Amino acid sequence: MTNESAMPVDPRKLELVRELGHDRPLTACHWEPGSRFLYCGAEDNLVHRWELASGTRTAMAAHDSWVRAFASSPNGEFLYTGGYDGRLITWSAAAENPVPLRAIEAHDGWIRALAISGDGRYLASCGNDRQINIWDAASGARLQSLRGHTTHVYQLIYAKDARRIFSCDLRGVVFEWTVESGVGRELVTVKALHEYDTTFRADIGGARCVAARSDGEQIALGGISNVSNAFAGIGEIVVALLNSQSGKIDQVLQAKDKTQGTTWGVAHHPDGFWIGVSGGAGRGWLYFWKGDESHEFHRVELKHDGRGMSLSPDRRQLAVAHADMQLRIYAIGGP
Amino acid sequence: MRCRYACGSAEHELGRRAFLRQSGRGVAGMGLAGLVSGLGGMVTGTPAVADAMRRGGKQILNIFLHGGVSQLETWDPKPNTDTGGPFRTIATTVPGLHLCELLPCTARQMHRLAVVRSLDTKNGDHARGVVEMTTGRKQMPGADFPHLGAVSAKALLPDSFSLPAHILIRSSPGKRNVESEFHKAAYLGPRFASMAIYDCKPPQLATGPTSSADGNLDQLRNDLRRSLNQRFAGRRRTADTEAYNFTFDQARDLLAQSDVFRIERESMADQERYGGSEFGRHCLLARRLLEHGVPYVQVNHADYDTHHENFDFHIEQLGEFDQPFARLVEDLAERGLLETTVVCVMSEFGRTPKINKTYGRDHWGTAWSVVMGGAGVQPAAVIGRTNANGTQVTDREVDHGHIFHTILRAVGVDSGGEFQVGGRSFPIADPARKPIEELLA
Repeated sequence: MTNESAMPVDPRKLELVRELGHDRPLTACHWEPGSRFLYCGAEDNLVHRWELASGTRTAMAAHDSWVRAFASSPNGEFLYTGGYDGRLITWSAAAENPVPLRAIEAHDGWIRALAISGDGRYLASCGNDRQINIWDAASGARLQSLRGHTTHVYQLIYAKDARRIFSCDLRGVVFEWTVESGVGRELVTVKALHEYDTTFRADIGGARCVAARSDGEQIALGGISNVSNAFAGIGEIVVALLNSQSGKIDQVLQAKDKTQGTTWGVAHHPDGFWIGVSGGAGRGWLYFWKGDESHEFHRVELKHDGRGMSLSPDRRQLAVAHADMQLRIYAIGGP
Repeated sequence: MRCRYACGSAEHELGRRAFLRQSGRGVAGMGLAGLVSGLGGMVTGTPAVADAMRRGGKQILNIFLHGGVSQLETWDPKPNTDTGGPFRTIATTVPGLHLCELLPCTARQMHRLAVVRSLDTKNGDHARGVVEMTTGRKQMPGADFPHLGAVSAKALLPDSFSLPAHILIRSSPGKRNVESEFHKAAYLGPRFASMAIYDCKPPQLATGPTSSADGNLDQLRNDLRRSLNQRFAGRRRTADTEAYNFTFDQARDLLAQSDVFRIERESMADQERYGGSEFGRHCLLARRLLEHGVPYVQVNHADYDTHHENFDFHIEQLGEFDQPFARLVEDLAERGLLETTVVCVMSEFGRTPKINKTYGRDHWGTAWSVVMGGAGVQPAAVIGRTNANGTQVTDREVDHGHIFHTILRAVGVDSGGEFQVGGRSFPIADPARKPIEELLA
């Protein structure tokens, strides 16, 4: 249930309109389709629900680790959360004091991302056990386990027709899965999203965020690129645009000044531009790209490092989860 | 003019040969220059000290986690606190003792190990931390102390031992500057410095020249060399000529025992048990060296310097560490070697309780942990305590000096004793520190 505005927006008229504070650094945020609530994960094992009208925060306890993965049913009635405890929890989103309707030990290790099909019938989860699980959203039954990735699966997203799922792992390997058959094929390795640091002998990379273009033709995968020092996070923000039909990379979006950091959130605005939020050595920024050019047409420095982003259902506001314990809401002004 | 090289007594002759044999071990990875310069300072322990130190068959295995492993993601987890991070704890084989969930295999060996959770080393510098943890001394300008491996080699080396006594197993450093990781012997002389084995490749001297395939030819060549040397030494014997002689002897000894360094001689089953990672292979080689009686073996594992995405990288690094380390402890126990081998897992420091903005943890020497076990160490002991979120030591504060003393005491060395070097006395360990008595069995 979206409420897209017909009025065009202009990212150059971005304005900070609200700050919602917490006592722990935030890790992610999620704007539910009904626009009544904003949810956050934090470094405290809780899910936090802010009712936007009143500014009231409700802590939802059921996870035993941090939560960074969110999804909502299309009407916003149910919230799904995936934790680093491997638990997939279904909540009644609007309850005064939400309690878990269902908790599933869904993965061995972290759940890193959730995705819901457009009709809300299916939920997909992925994580450190290298698996993708597909769930019946209503019953919680596991329908399929998709195996093929050889490292942690960082992100996944349904194609617009819900017949395919795209997933990306630590090494930037993208799989395309046919949901009905459960068959996957390795589509492409996004080299811009992975380095093996030979000094520290460790992999760094993976898609830290994912979003689809409004028409479903492109999938954006954000992360860190050109890493020269994995353990200090010395690398540049990046978003790779994957063509969902050809399986090729159409464009790699970067910062003009090669800003250091990681792209932690990405979204596509129906007015025809991509938005990315970054955090890291180069501080926090919002980037706006047209998609046919590799460099941004506009950017805004944030008060602190961003760790997650969610576009409002009406596409006129942006929520950013920050490392400084603040959830900040930005209005994207009109022309 | 004839060089009066020594008094000529049988006792001196024996000591000199042993000295030179050991010198060459230290020099195997260092080059001849180091050997020759090291001959200037003869090391002699007083008989009483030497007797006390040479406890039969005691050995040390030191696992050094370079970069500074996080105590919160290993030995002293603080789940569900502001500093705890995302990981949960798991029970161990010691009732009441919990470790981070990243160490499931190690958790099953904790009845054989002990944790010291109360190190305050007051240092956050890598190079200084490495030096201080492995010498047991505060680093000071102009002061140079021997590495734990050098001290151990001197203290534990059997008289008739023909392998290097102080071996470091590590990855090839590649482009990285690892000067701070070299194991110096300081006043003990280069014979006690480490011989490094990179990437499980046998030391260069153990592989020998290609012509060595013809054993008879080598034998003839060595006989000729020895004959000429004896004639030469009869008139012009010096420490330098002895050093040259030793280099050849060392090469011959290593060639004869090159199999000791080859893990492919272990069964396929064992190679699989230790996993395919480099650290797994290093642990298997460590077991092999310990089984062959090497007094001090250190295995380095890198890297833990996780200023960025500490949690992801600890999954990666500890995922490599956990199983091989646990296997090694289990194997040493099952083969009876843990009764005579002290095992230690240390780092140059821990990591900050505070999680930084990029999910990293920074350098932290204020409240962190070390693990020990094996010979002379109280199994299942938990020494010291930190506060609820790990920002301070609240009980039994210790530092590198205490750990150094404790390791040596656990293998029967009087760490309060002295080395006699060139007529001077050097305390074996920091006189201002003592062993952690309650950790000793």
